[in-house]
Amino acid sequence: MHELGIAKSVLEAVCSEVGKRAGARVVKVGLRIGELAGVDPDALQFSFECLVKDTPLDPLPLEIEFCPRQQRCPACGHAFCVADYETSCPKCGAAPTECIGGTELEFSYLELEET
Amino acid sequence: MTDRVPLERKVLNENDRIAAELRARFRENGILCLNLISSPGAGKTSLLERTLGTMAPGTRVAVLTGDIQTDNDARRLARFGFPVKQITTGGTCHLDARMIERALADWKLADLDLLLIENVGNLVCPSSYDLGEAAKIVLLSAAEGDDKPLKYPSIFFRAALLVLNKIDLLEHVPFDIARARENARRIQPKIEILEVSCLTGAGLEAWHGWLDHRCQRAQMEAALPAG
Ligand SMILES: Nc1nc2c(ncn2[C@@H]2O[C@H](COP(=O)(O)OP(=O)(O)O)[C@@H](O)[C@H]2O)c(=O)[nH]1
Ligand SMILES: [Mg+2]
Ligand SMILES: [Zn+2]
Repeated sequence: MHELGIAKSVLEAVCSEVGKRAGARVVKVGLRIGELAGVDPDALQFSFECLVKDTPLDPLPLEIEFCPRQQRCPACGHAFCVADYETSCPKCGAAPTECIGGTELEFSYLELEET
Repeated sequence: MTDRVPLERKVLNENDRIAAELRARFRENGILCLNLISSPGAGKTSLLERTLGTMAPGTRVAVLTGDIQTDNDARRLARFGFPVKQITTGGTCHLDARMIERALADWKLADLDLLLIENVGNLVCPSSYDLGEAAKIVLLSAAEGDDKPLKYPSIFFRAALLVLNKIDLLEHVPFDIARARENARRIQPKIEILEVSCLTGAGLEAWHGWLDHRCQRAQMEAALPAG
């Protein structure tokens, strides 16, 4: 269970980003989490809620976009989502293919309100 | 009026920044740094004992070992005479780059060729934290079940090497080693795989060979211009 630690990092990053934007109040945070990130979105959601409660930022909803594993074929360029762990190219059969998505543990946006 | 502004930032960018600094220092000093990860009891400390046990006195190797509590592993490893330091995380289920930076503060990196890090026993959390290592090594023991790569894909995806340990138990447990290998390759087609027993010593020559090869590579990379 390291989601609490991750939630703390999220909150710290939000505070530092808000600090850079004078006169703005953050009202929502968008995150992207890949299926290979090793982070459970529900546990993170819960941990974040608990942490935010004790801060002036409360309430601060977290929107988590779950990102499936995506691969790109070096032979034909086809990009595809992995289903049933199959990473060879569904178009031309080439393997191995290159992972281009699914490891995200990153912000996507902040929603700000003028104060 | 609310305004949605895009934010390009990794959640763990502070950890990643420190890890990148560590990686640059390891490279400058020609150090091979390896990050060993497994569930508790898969055999990380045993593999390190086997590794240190065959090393000639004067070999420039050091070990950092992470645990939530106790310095038992550091004591097991210190008897080989090489520098060993315990990192007690006090509840945290993984090591992070800052802990490594602190633990290294009073060691001279110029005196090392190999730094082995035993992470806290856990197959999930350590996979998110870059420690500046050249490679992550995941250990899976025959007692744990051959479906683990599919259940814990984040670590198998990031590992350069899978060490399947406790093969001496294969005759006693329903562990399909071919299936374990296949499952690991479904998650990470490029993963290298070794089968060993830290109890009997079976398969350990291949492990020592892997280690020597990677050490030589780290030395060569240090001799090249950075970048
Ligand atoms: N049968 C068997 N037991 C092993 C082997 N390797 C380690 N063990 C035992 O497994 C237990 C846990 O090993 P340890 O190295 O402490 O695991 P760690 O928690 O990953 O550091 C110890 O009792 C070891 O003696 C092996 O190859 N075969
Ligand atoms: Mg141990
Ligand atoms: Zn293709």
